[in-house]
Amino acid sequence: MLKIIDSAVPVACWSCAVANNESVLFCPHCSKIQPPPGGDYFSVFGLTPRLDLDLSELEHEFHRLSRKLHPDRFARAGENEKQWSLADTALLNDAYRTLKDPIHRTEYLLKLHGAAIGEEHSGKDRKDPSRVPADLLEEVFELNMQLEEMRMARKTGEEDAALQGSLEQARSKFVGLLDDVDEDLRGQWKIWDAGDAGARATAQKTMVALLDRRRYLSNLVRDVTETLGA
Amino acid sequence: MAEGRVVGIDLGTTNSLVAYMQGDAPMVIPGVDGSNLVPSVVALDPIPVDGGRPTVTVGNSARKVLIETPERVIYSVKRLMGRGLEEVRKELHFFPFRLAEDVEEGEVPRVQLGELRFTPPEISAYVLRQLKRNAERFFGAPVTQAVITVPAYFNDAQRQATKDAGRMAGLEVLRLVNEPTAAALAYGLDRAKAGTIAVYDLGGGTFDISILKLRDGIFEVQSTNGDTHLGGDDIDNLLLSIALDEIHAEHGVDLRRHPGAVQALRKAAIDAKIKLSADESAQFDIELPNGDRYQREIPRGVFEQLIEPILERTAGPCKQALADAGITAEQIDEVVLVGGSTRIPAVRQLVDELFHLGARGKKPHTDLNPDEVVALGAAVQADILAGASKTTEQMLLLDVTPLSLGIEALGGVVARIIPRNSTIPASATEHFTTGVDGQTNVAIHVVQGERELAADCRSLARFDLKGIPPMSAGLPRIEVKFLIDADGILQVSAREQRSGKAAQIEVKPTYGLTDDQVESMILDSFDHAEEDFAARLLIEARNEAETILAAVERAPLNPAWQQLRGEEQAAIAAARDRLAQVKQGSDLNAIREATAALDQSTRRFAELMMEAAVTTAIRGKTMDAAGEELGDELTAPHPMAPAEFK
Repeated sequence: MLKIIDSAVPVACWSCAVANNESVLFCPHCSKIQPPPGGDYFSVFGLTPRLDLDLSELEHEFHRLSRKLHPDRFARAGENEKQWSLADTALLNDAYRTLKDPIHRTEYLLKLHGAAIGEEHSGKDRKDPSRVPADLLEEVFELNMQLEEMRMARKTGEEDAALQGSLEQARSKFVGLLDDVDEDLRGQWKIWDAGDAGARATAQKTMVALLDRRRYLSNLVRDVTETLGA
Repeated sequence: MAEGRVVGIDLGTTNSLVAYMQGDAPMVIPGVDGSNLVPSVVALDPIPVDGGRPTVTVGNSARKVLIETPERVIYSVKRLMGRGLEEVRKELHFFPFRLAEDVEEGEVPRVQLGELRFTPPEISAYVLRQLKRNAERFFGAPVTQAVITVPAYFNDAQRQATKDAGRMAGLEVLRLVNEPTAAALAYGLDRAKAGTIAVYDLGGGTFDISILKLRDGIFEVQSTNGDTHLGGDDIDNLLLSIALDEIHAEHGVDLRRHPGAVQALRKAAIDAKIKLSADESAQFDIELPNGDRYQREIPRGVFEQLIEPILERTAGPCKQALADAGITAEQIDEVVLVGGSTRIPAVRQLVDELFHLGARGKKPHTDLNPDEVVALGAAVQADILAGASKTTEQMLLLDVTPLSLGIEALGGVVARIIPRNSTIPASATEHFTTGVDGQTNVAIHVVQGERELAADCRSLARFDLKGIPPMSAGLPRIEVKFLIDADGILQVSAREQRSGKAAQIEVKPTYGLTDDQVESMILDSFDHAEEDFAARLLIEARNEAETILAAVERAPLNPAWQQLRGEEQAAIAAARDRLAQVKQGSDLNAIREATAALDQSTRRFAELMMEAAVTTAIRGKTMDAAGEELGDELTAPHPMAPAEFK
């Protein structure tokens, strides 16, 4: 997903041959579309990497660039321009999809800065006790028992209102914890965006931990929702 | 480069249409018979005894043959597009078509049509060619570029099959557009709106729901969902099987063994369904082969109860689409209804409940004809692509991929690389390596779908990364780029990064035709030369004239003729003489006008004959007897341009 190739190499425009110092979507001289530039998703929108983004500004820029880049605008263009329009628009869409989502954006930026973010694998790792956040060990243990009980009850067609109630309660508690994590993340964004290298390194560590916790919690909530809804 | 008009085509399960942008409004192009809808029905005419070229008929005239010779006719072929052998087998339980026997697993299934066999894209190509001809006839100029609509929930294979069909019909498919999105374009054209709209599209064979955000001419799809196996056909099949069972139980007649009678009964079921959208009750009244009558009253209440389970299946996709868009039903500003099945009051009721419309003082939009709105939208998109129009220059459609794209990872689980509802074009880059020293091939399995296990998803392609330089296990680093283009079709490219060598890769679709196969199926590649285009139009017009004249000549032999009033017979005779006269000349328009006039004057006669044909088939007469009685007229009074077949 990460493409940081040759972003500072001078490139000449294929159409007017004027050299550009950085890769761009359009030639600043003749406005012709260019092959997909290197650089990260932020640079597609002309942004320096940051976490606290104005989403309506991002959307506006997404629409503006889409109007110029989209393959619909090149349906009758030459083969090269067609291909570049396709590749550039895919890059634009990939970038927008990643940046508009707060969690994907955070993960992306941290990965750009070398952080190892745990990959999600279908939620099965929840069973691994070493991955359970320490403060939740007891509750998760309890919850897993209840989930198992609920599944058994479903199988035999029994209705257990008390169990249902307590699972719903657990779910709203974990949803609340998720909201707390998001709040904490937003706090760290501001620190990262404003901070120097040292502050950034600390914020990065905190965010990696928060993202782990978040992934764990949202898998948990999903499991409960699935079991309740089954 | 000759840049003719770009037309918009709705290639439907039941009916197909072609439209174009006339000035700043889209408009449907009528066929020879004046009708906007071309039934998606293809018939193979009897092979000439002299060994001449057999011809293929499309549209209304093909539909008329359906009752007489069901084994020579195919309809609803869209349900078979892009599907594998097993899926097609299942599908065919509901249809009278037979699968060609020599098809092997992994091949594109072929359907038996009379003596010949066709793949589903070939059948669709005949429908497309008819639409292309209708447009060419209308413009008096060749048409070579088109936008074709597909259900939003079509997967990669179904999209590819549709594109292949276009190519076989001699059309460059500039874009595949999702049907609900096209409908939104048609609705959004004349109003500079901002807001969130839902398009609920229940057609003949497919259901789609799409949620879009409109802003400054940008139509941005937020989410889409659906069921490629849900539509009016299901309602018809339900009514049909109930009637067949009742006839069997009450009268001891197993109509299932009479394909012609089943088709006649299906037509009765469809008529009843349509009637129930306006009336409180409909009737079956059919004479059976043993002389009994099957009479059955269907009150609307009973009908609604029967179809409730079918309609209820649209609720899940709607809720999922809302959830994926991250909004609630209350945040939908407007709902647009598309597809003939949305005429059913119970469907409107369900939509009202799903989106809390009545409660908010709103009504769904139905002001555009639900049968035509998709084609009109396709014409708008065609105009956007042609790029030379003030009306559409500010408009842009940003659509999404309906299904997640994934790769089969260790243990058969799916690693998702492009999530569903991603704006297309979209891409993802993945890295692969080897597991054994010196390994030079890596096999990759791409799937489409939302399930966790690859076996439960739709297998899209299996391919080998070949020519990897031999290295220690785990050392090669192969970068594979997956790109879903603006048509929703996957493209794959790969390179080995350590050696810098582009790996030679072969993308083999799990189902689908190869390029060479498509090439060999292109219909009449030679009759597109522009220089003889005018000549071809004239020949076609004369052929049309001759077909209808021959039919009218034989008309008095048909019992239905006696039911016409004297002045009706006189009007037909006058129109006949006029056509016979202008046919000799080379005034294309005069021939067409005279043909249309004769066609118009024989319309009631055609209807009378249709009724007689239905009754005959129901009575279970042998086909030969029915044929003798009816002569050839059954296909004749509303001839579409007869299509040759090579």
